[in-house]
Amino acid sequence: MTDRSNTLATIRDNALWMRRQAFTMVHKAQLGHPGGDFSATDIIATLYFGVLRFDPTDPRKPTRDRFVMSKGHATGVLYTALCKAGYYPESWLETYMGPGSKLNGHPNRQYLPGVEANTGPLGHGLPIATGIAIAGQIDGADFRTFVLTGDGELQEGSNWEAAMTAGHRRLNRLTVIVDRNRLQQGQGTEETSSLDPLPEKWRAFGWEVAEVDGHDHAALLEVLGAEPGEKPRCVIANTIKGKGVSFMENQAKWHHGVPNDTQYAQAMEELV
Amino acid sequence: MAQAAAAPQSYKDCRNAWVATVEALAEADPRVVVVVNDSIGSSKLNGFAAKFPDRTVNVGIAEQLMIGVGAGLANGGKIPFVSAAACFLTGRALEQIKADIAYSGYNVKLIGQSSGIAYGELGATHHSIEDLAWLRPMQQITVIVPADAWETEQAIRWAADHEGPVFVRVSRTPVPDLDVPNRSFRAGKAELVREGGDATVIANGTTVHLAAAAADLLKSEGIAIRVLNMATVSPLDEDAVAAAAKTGLIVTVEEANICGGLGGAVAEWTAANHPVRVERMGFDGFRTTGSVEHLFEEAGLTAEGIAARLRAALGRT
Repeated sequence: MTDRSNTLATIRDNALWMRRQAFTMVHKAQLGHPGGDFSATDIIATLYFGVLRFDPTDPRKPTRDRFVMSKGHATGVLYTALCKAGYYPESWLETYMGPGSKLNGHPNRQYLPGVEANTGPLGHGLPIATGIAIAGQIDGADFRTFVLTGDGELQEGSNWEAAMTAGHRRLNRLTVIVDRNRLQQGQGTEETSSLDPLPEKWRAFGWEVAEVDGHDHAALLEVLGAEPGEKPRCVIANTIKGKGVSFMENQAKWHHGVPNDTQYAQAMEELV
Repeated sequence: MAQAAAAPQSYKDCRNAWVATVEALAEADPRVVVVVNDSIGSSKLNGFAAKFPDRTVNVGIAEQLMIGVGAGLANGGKIPFVSAAACFLTGRALEQIKADIAYSGYNVKLIGQSSGIAYGELGATHHSIEDLAWLRPMQQITVIVPADAWETEQAIRWAADHEGPVFVRVSRTPVPDLDVPNRSFRAGKAELVREGGDATVIANGTTVHLAAAAADLLKSEGIAIRVLNMATVSPLDEDAVAAAAKTGLIVTVEEANICGGLGGAVAEWTAANHPVRVERMGFDGFRTTGSVEHLFEEAGLTAEGIAARLRAALGRT
């Protein structure tokens, strides 16, 4: 196999493992946000196992690429990715949301290696990532900064403050990925406070925009791995909330729904 | 008294000390950057911006972004000084201060300009008298309210050396240098400004020199007042408060809301650990428009006003 097909096989295998592990954690804890975990799984698997340069033995290495998880509630997918990337052992996953666990309901960089910011309240990731990219720009550093936001999260004005400054400063080593599953916790984004036409909004703020199928690893690898252009890049990843489990797909109630034993068993049969 | 137009020439705008210090720090350490919300002029940073254009990050009128960018710059190895009017810096971006800086543990310095009621006539939207109450519960942040230009420089230098978030209030209302010999700044430690055993005034910021003048007035009446400069509001110097409690009466004085700031901190600690009578001087809510001098006088924040409060509390009227 070629390097690229090896990489794609690794992404596929790890994405499947991440979904199964994340759902097992959510089932055990009876807490979590599995719908958003599953819409973001293929994006995050592609980043960690095909794009980002990092050293899990030196999590704060200055030259590392940064990944900021703005949709901090989707910890099932983030924690399984960091585990598979080598930041901590699998045994930690079993403690998810337990008393005193390092695996909070929302990530904490002070005790979980690989986490860049303590997110959870929405609209925080892109401003922080913008600051990281400015630091890199000042130094002429070659690391890249990626940030994943939900789509409903773009209703937070702070994102657009950051979009304006990042466009103004032409932070071309900054990439925002929008997990465009079109559902927020209660209903559709377009029924709530519509985001469309979303590509035009980002372009108007001075970004280059790519749209991609957020579950197509080859397409994600191509767009996320592409060399930086002249402007910051927005990748609108069209996704399905709950992707991979038939009864969860496109159901807003699985934003923070948790499975009973029967549902868990069915999901494990489907996630193969 | 504290009004800009009427201030004696020896009174100093502490912003000058801030900007001279941050320029010196930037000369010595390339990691030092400033982040502003279109507040270059009000932070007196025009000279800094001319000297260090690449290290002057002006995000525009966007305070939530400003704090997030501060956290991101710290992630990227910088020592960011985020400088903006204290009212907007703290109030508009409080959740960012909580999550991105205090909870995330990023090494960001927050510089609150024109704090307290320095923007007198502009009204309560522009007064920053709630900032201390908002920041104190985030114990990761060291909260410092310098009393004069010298202490402003010391606090900024200490903040640069300290690994962790710091909030420093910078006064635009001119103040004299405190007349205390052989000073040395220690974060988290009160400074003895006047010694006395009949009562203790615990003050900070622009009110310390007023408290000292009040003590001097009362001395001539045979009343001995201890005056402490409690520049660091969080963490509180508990030993100094315990010793103050032994004088039997504590009066706190600050250019801030009496709820939750220095007065709140002292009242909380003494109520829990060393019950004593505590009188709190400051502002008890939103103020109407007026000059700084008017607002200080209205709240009794003058040498005579503080002395009168002490006389009354001591039954010496």
